[in-house]
Amino acid sequence: MSKRTSLYEQHIAAGGKMVEYAGWELPVQYAGLAVEHEAVRTTAGIFDVSHMGEALVFGPESEEFLNYLLTNAVDKLEDNKVLYSLMCYPDGGVVDDLLVYRFVEREYFLVINAANIAKDLAWMTEQATGFAVQIVDVSSETSEIALQGPDAERLLQQWTKFDLNELKFFECAREVEIVGCKCLISRTGYTGEDGFEIYTANDYVAQIWQALIAAGAQPCGLGCRDTLRFEAGLPLYGYEISANISPLEAGLGMFVRLEKPDFVGKQALLAAKEQGLARKTVGFELLDKGIPRHGYEVQIEGKTIGTVTTGYLSPTLKKSIGLALIDSDYAKPDGEFAVLMRGKLLRAKIISRQFIKKNYKK
Amino acid sequence: MKFPNGYSYSKDHEWVKVVGDYAYIGISDFAQHSLGEIVFVDLPEVDTEFSAGDTFGAVESVKAASDLYMPIGGKVLEINEALSAEPGLLNTDSYENWIVKIEMTDRAEVDALLEPIQYEQFVNTGK
Repeated sequence: MSKRTSLYEQHIAAGGKMVEYAGWELPVQYAGLAVEHEAVRTTAGIFDVSHMGEALVFGPESEEFLNYLLTNAVDKLEDNKVLYSLMCYPDGGVVDDLLVYRFVEREYFLVINAANIAKDLAWMTEQATGFAVQIVDVSSETSEIALQGPDAERLLQQWTKFDLNELKFFECAREVEIVGCKCLISRTGYTGEDGFEIYTANDYVAQIWQALIAAGAQPCGLGCRDTLRFEAGLPLYGYEISANISPLEAGLGMFVRLEKPDFVGKQALLAAKEQGLARKTVGFELLDKGIPRHGYEVQIEGKTIGTVTTGYLSPTLKKSIGLALIDSDYAKPDGEFAVLMRGKLLRAKIISRQFIKKNYKK
Repeated sequence: MKFPNGYSYSKDHEWVKVVGDYAYIGISDFAQHSLGEIVFVDLPEVDTEFSAGDTFGAVESVKAASDLYMPIGGKVLEINEALSAEPGLLNTDSYENWIVKIEMTDRAEVDALLEPIQYEQFVNTGK
């Protein structure tokens, strides 16, 4: 039986088309994927992302622990700042990708993928052996809304006294009152647009949701959440990254600090980099008509050289584009290959993975 | 949801309309509604021969691809080229906008398909 978020009634009332996702019953769309996608790119949309997992990490050695557990530089993270990182296995495969919030010294908040909560907590607990640290899963008592789009600040500002202009990209603030409800907010998101992620108690979330819709935000489902993140070149666990795809292969090297003294996966990732990566993730555009989908084979002269990790007929660009994990020998700018779609070979050309220009408030 | 008369339906949500010696094949209103905004129709080549149950193409929304299955066997005589330029025509009217016109292999295969009332019941109850 799948779980329901505290916004379930709101989704039904707003005509959300509910689907099962990572053990949760969530809306895939309300008004329609294209309309919702467009709203986020041009005005503002809101997403119920209460399925995401959250954990508090604190204690005398919490910084040392997280710096060892994660690939990015947690030791350089300042108070009220947020960091994107990968969490790897010793072989360099990915356990999960996550956001790390540093509230104050030795007090962190992690946001992890819904489908990985149990696995991540078990892994973190195992890795914490020997560190003076506590890990507390607060997923079930935390609801989360993402407000995304160029109008996000203007809409949210109508419901809070906190000066949102002060909050820059990847900064966070605690105990911010929105319609009188205390929230943790951050200027982060998963769409390539400016926006906020708002964490609050389950009992408060419906009021905030309704207030933001009243202010003009378009309710958005999982459908456009995926098309938006894909156009922005942001990875999805299980697609661009997984236990079998390393962050380097996924093109996420900037979040892997190989110069750190030690972290889980360092040796394997360093060795892979020195030997040269066998596979790389490239962006591509289809030259023939069709839509590339996750799992479609990529070929050159009849030989399989990789697979499509995500592909869409891009709602913003109106072109069929995709990301593919392919043999590095063929990962050259302007290189061409074929994508196998239902027995047909469609011509494709390699293009930059930055499909759209990101619109962050730095 | 529309289940017009004059069409025979498959449990894969395609319809067949026999006109003289030929048949037109398309998707039901239920199918287009379930898919949502259709953004691409993958059409077969003219002259391709298919048996009943074969995949002859696909209709795709932004979210997903859905295969098209032949309700009866036959040879493709014509494809509806208008759907290449404007796939959304299937959302506008999925009965007016056929997908392929075929020469039937065995006209008797049409008799095995569902009547409108039977198809409506299938859609509503799954039986």
